[in-house]
Amino acid sequence: METFLAFVIGGLYAAGLYLMLRRSIVKLIIGLALLGQAANLLIFTVGRLTRGQPALIPFGAARPDGPFADPLPQALILTAIVIGFGVQAFAVVLIKRAYQTVKTDDLDDMRSTDTN
Amino acid sequence: MNLILVLPLIIPLLTAIILLLARQWRHVQRWVSVLGALALFGVALALLALVWRNGILVAQIGNWPAPYGITLVADLFSAIMILLAGLMGLAVAVYSLASMDPQRERYGYYPLLHILLMGVCGAFLTGDMFNLYVWFEVMLVSSFVLMALGGERAQLEGTVKYVTLNLISSALFLAAVGSLYGVAGTLNMADLALQLSQVTQTGLVTALSMLFLVAFGIKAAMFPLFFWLPASYHTPPVAVSAIFAGLLTKVGVYALIRVFTLIFVQDVAFTHTVLLILAGLTMVTGVLGAVAQNSFRRILSFHIVSQIGYMVMGLGLFTPLALTGSIFYIMHHIIVKTNLFLISGVTHRLGGSDQLKKLGGFYAAYPGLAVLFLIPAFSLAGIPPLSGFWAKLILIQAGLGLQQYVIVAVALGVSLLTLFSMTKIWAEVFWKPTPEGLEIDDATLGPGRLALLLPIVALAALTLVIGLTVEPLYMLSTRAAEQLLNPAAYIQAVLGGTQ
Repeated sequence: METFLAFVIGGLYAAGLYLMLRRSIVKLIIGLALLGQAANLLIFTVGRLTRGQPALIPFGAARPDGPFADPLPQALILTAIVIGFGVQAFAVVLIKRAYQTVKTDDLDDMRSTDTN
Repeated sequence: MNLILVLPLIIPLLTAIILLLARQWRHVQRWVSVLGALALFGVALALLALVWRNGILVAQIGNWPAPYGITLVADLFSAIMILLAGLMGLAVAVYSLASMDPQRERYGYYPLLHILLMGVCGAFLTGDMFNLYVWFEVMLVSSFVLMALGGERAQLEGTVKYVTLNLISSALFLAAVGSLYGVAGTLNMADLALQLSQVTQTGLVTALSMLFLVAFGIKAAMFPLFFWLPASYHTPPVAVSAIFAGLLTKVGVYALIRVFTLIFVQDVAFTHTVLLILAGLTMVTGVLGAVAQNSFRRILSFHIVSQIGYMVMGLGLFTPLALTGSIFYIMHHIIVKTNLFLISGVTHRLGGSDQLKKLGGFYAAYPGLAVLFLIPAFSLAGIPPLSGFWAKLILIQAGLGLQQYVIVAVALGVSLLTLFSMTKIWAEVFWKPTPEGLEIDDATLGPGRLALLLPIVALAALTLVIGLTVEPLYMLSTRAAEQLLNPAAYIQAVLGGTQ
């Protein structure tokens, strides 16, 4: 499973970076979203995968029996998803406004602030 | 629990909430904003005094013991940074009274400013890596909106680049935090320092540290990751530029210094050499970029990049004296750089432009302003007896002590080029006769000129005071550096109860 997820994460990073290298601002934002998702999956995978072992403590015991899934990476991912969602919502509105103001979706035409 | 550790977060948050509720009343907004900034500054002073007297302060939020809960920690370095954030917040809040247009004020400029301050203070206070990521995001999102607020073409173009590069950095940071958890099984910084000292695969840890270096390097605008900064920092209103220039990149530097003194010290010979090389390249590229520019604020933006190099240089040398130099440099730089941006705002208002060609004759019209410019400009270049001279002297002494002659030569050469840039601004904006068609119109300063000039005068006076009485700040930096280099006290303070 880890090997499979490693390939998925690698694919997401590759696709995200490829999209960000395109000139369209829409693809740029989709690429950024993919990078965020790749990072989330990475946290999930390196936090060790455990199937069907919730971190529940039986009544009267002090700790769960046997190996259990670490809840912390999941909490981290949940937070990261929420933050990513907010930031992406802002980014979408930003490129809409940028498109309306600059009248192009081509990043190569957004260079006026680079030179003066 | 130490209440005072939570106050630098609560005060800006409360201020922002009140400001949002008072959106309709512009005058209420303006005064609440200044009061909030004043309160933050006061608390920051108290915090620094307390940390100076009692040592490292720790608060476990919700009384969850470290490393399970979220920890807030203030050592001297954190306290210094929070004080600087409070000071800059206050200076910019006052400056905004006269410089911000009613349109932006109505659309939430003041609440965003305070949320930004909260994010910055949070990043300085937290003792947990993931929490650091969250505070970075709080700071970033409010800075995104502040930069785009107003919706001018240049602003939106600048914001697209700023947002993109910062989101890439956040994605890398997040991946690095996740992987670090996979290796160490903890994210509490003090606990990380303990766990990683026992890890046998130092190669893996070093690789992770490089991932952090890239993530923080983008935020700190280090070579070769700085291109977003000169493309965006000159686009928003001056008050926004000034607070960004003063604080945001320094949060990246703070994070670098924190992780590379506390957590990633397994392979100093490799990691800190990389830092030192990057520091040298950052100084050189930044200053050369500035030489080629012809706009007041763009020159200053490139100089931020170049100055970041000096701060990282101290970290790369990694001796008590060098870190003292870094901390002293950060204090000096935040004050001076914010002030220069504020001054560029006044000349922009009077002359109607940022382009050096279109400005001129300000020395004849406003000799006082010219002197106010010279103080931070000379300090930035490192002319004695101003604050920048001492900062550079400490760093160069540290470099000579380690016989790192290359970096010392680079630092000195870059100083000279900085002076060249500053004299260029001086010659073009202040000394040159007024170009044709430019009428320096006194009326553009408007009724709020006191609010424009008060922060500039105060910061310039502070630069002078730091320069003339170096001893107290030197002592402060030395003790902060000693704390950074002896993480045992930090670890003891955070984990003390659980061991």
